[in-house]
Amino acid sequence: MARKRWMIWAGWGASVWCGGGVAAALFFGDSTKPYFLPGQTTHGHHQIELKCSECHTPFGGVKDDACNRCHAAELAAVRDSHPKSKFTDPRNAELLTHLDAARCVTCHREHVPHVTQAMGVTQPPDYCLHCHAEIAEERPSHKGMAFDTCATAGCHNFHDNTALYEDFLAKHLHDAPTRADGVRLLPVSTPSTDAALTATAATVPAGVALDAAVVSDWAASAHAHGGVNCVDCHQGGDAAAAWTPKPDHASCARCHASEAEGFLASRHGMRLAAGLSPMTPAQAVLPMRADAAHREMSCNACHSAHRHDTRRAAVDACLACHDDDHSRAYLSSPHYALWQAELSGAGAPGSGVSCATCHLPGEMHRENGRDVIRVQHNQNANLRPNEKMIRSVCQQCHGLGFAIDALADRPLIDRNFTGQPAAHVESLDLVLRRLTERQQRTTKPQ
Amino acid sequence: MNTTRTWIAGGLALLAGLGAALVGGCSRSSASAGGITPQKMADALHAVMESDRTVYTKNVVNRLQNDEKVIKASEHWKDDKALPLPAQMFRMGAEMVQAKNAGFTYALLSEWPINKQNAPKTDAEKAGLKFVVEKDGAANFYTEETLGGKKYFTAIYADIAVAPACVKCHNEHADTPRSDFKMGDVMGGVVIRIPVGDI
Repeated sequence: MARKRWMIWAGWGASVWCGGGVAAALFFGDSTKPYFLPGQTTHGHHQIELKCSECHTPFGGVKDDACNRCHAAELAAVRDSHPKSKFTDPRNAELLTHLDAARCVTCHREHVPHVTQAMGVTQPPDYCLHCHAEIAEERPSHKGMAFDTCATAGCHNFHDNTALYEDFLAKHLHDAPTRADGVRLLPVSTPSTDAALTATAATVPAGVALDAAVVSDWAASAHAHGGVNCVDCHQGGDAAAAWTPKPDHASCARCHASEAEGFLASRHGMRLAAGLSPMTPAQAVLPMRADAAHREMSCNACHSAHRHDTRRAAVDACLACHDDDHSRAYLSSPHYALWQAELSGAGAPGSGVSCATCHLPGEMHRENGRDVIRVQHNQNANLRPNEKMIRSVCQQCHGLGFAIDALADRPLIDRNFTGQPAAHVESLDLVLRRLTERQQRTTKPQ
Repeated sequence: MNTTRTWIAGGLALLAGLGAALVGGCSRSSASAGGITPQKMADALHAVMESDRTVYTKNVVNRLQNDEKVIKASEHWKDDKALPLPAQMFRMGAEMVQAKNAGFTYALLSEWPINKQNAPKTDAEKAGLKFVVEKDGAANFYTEETLGGKKYFTAIYADIAVAPACVKCHNEHADTPRSDFKMGDVMGGVVIRIPVGDI
């Protein structure tokens, strides 16, 4: 009897153990995990959706820390118009009962595609109403405007208003649509130094074969001109270290830290940042070329390993994968004509507009009292909402009003800005009207 | 069964008693060490805030912008490569304190706010700002209020125009609801809140 009872218990234990194992394998296995996703994720997170721990704390839900790990720096850089600290003040406690704006996930929920709108917002689009119901009293010009238009009409963003605030609009009321002398910010190219190396200086450990074509490419590159030898990338700068045949972004980051940081924050590198396999066009939501489906995104996907041709990286590398309307229309756009003119020498340096001009722009940074231009390698940093690119990109060549209208015109974007904006955002008109009224009041005879 | 229940109840009562003793002990020990009342705490915090802000307003903004004309102060200080306005300096500090969860909060409010979000909102704010304006800054306003299910000691102090820069900026701003401020006027109030327990 005792033996029979023991066997029942052993059988039960084995069943639980095996069942648990099967459940765990199903739940955590890469091939089966997609079946457990509660719903489709947004375009911003779909690449990392199978690494639940990127966002979820076990038994703790999604905490703001998870969002801040990737988004806090960019919000701080644009002086977020609605930081958490605005809402955690007790005087706003009553407002938070309507909309808990102190938490990211109140407005940005995941796995709910049926309620997800632009920018991954999952609140009804009239969310501004909760705090700004009296706006028409403060600004009579806003009377009659629907609250779902605050952030959709091109006038306001919840977080980044650096190109949309009233005094900035006032400064640029009379901008010409296009500046004849417009040029993009050009990073200073690395000059040859005393340490410049020639082909004969290429040094590899015993047992590693030197390829003549590779050596030739390297000798013509900025790396050789700057004294960077094989050991610096393939052995981490230590001749005693093991030879890495294909160095990854970590090797590049030893010298190009800000570029690598941007890459890892981008749609190209975010999977690597999360410890996942590299992004491939096959996994993309945007249309990509079928013949590029299995290319892996790394620094070398755009920058050849030894031939560092930034012109290739600025256009050809992008079009080797991207196959959406906007990308395809580029080759017949006025921007591309300018790019070709620059490449042929007919246009001034910086006058051409490549894919990288807008999506990986040069950005001015003030570092240790010096102005430094660095290329932003997070190609999504200025994209959503697209007004983020007005200051860093569009205004180098275009007036503010023209840029705002152009970015509000989806068909024009699809045509890669071939033509004139058909859309019109009223914000500059409102500012001009207000300034005129104010001027009339102050000059009115008493 | 009854015995078990008795033991569990006894154990829980003992735990509760120990907890109460600990909390009581802490309270008594802080009191015996000269515990500070919320009002004294708020007064001390305000003394620091008011002094720092006056120094910044007079010795930095007013001196460099209006007297020596070295650099401007601007609402858009980053874009204009200018000094932050004194009120912005104060607010940035308040937001930083807020982010640190420092155990108190403060805000700069006014009955004539440039940004309407800084108008008095709670009953205490409305009463307190009215009070400090009526008293012309000669007295502070203290009260308790309940916000979001928490009880706060709330102190409101007059915010006075201490330099020509304050008056000029507020009188001339496009969004100002009042343009006749003079030096020494009460332009608004500093609201300090210290949580004093859940209700």
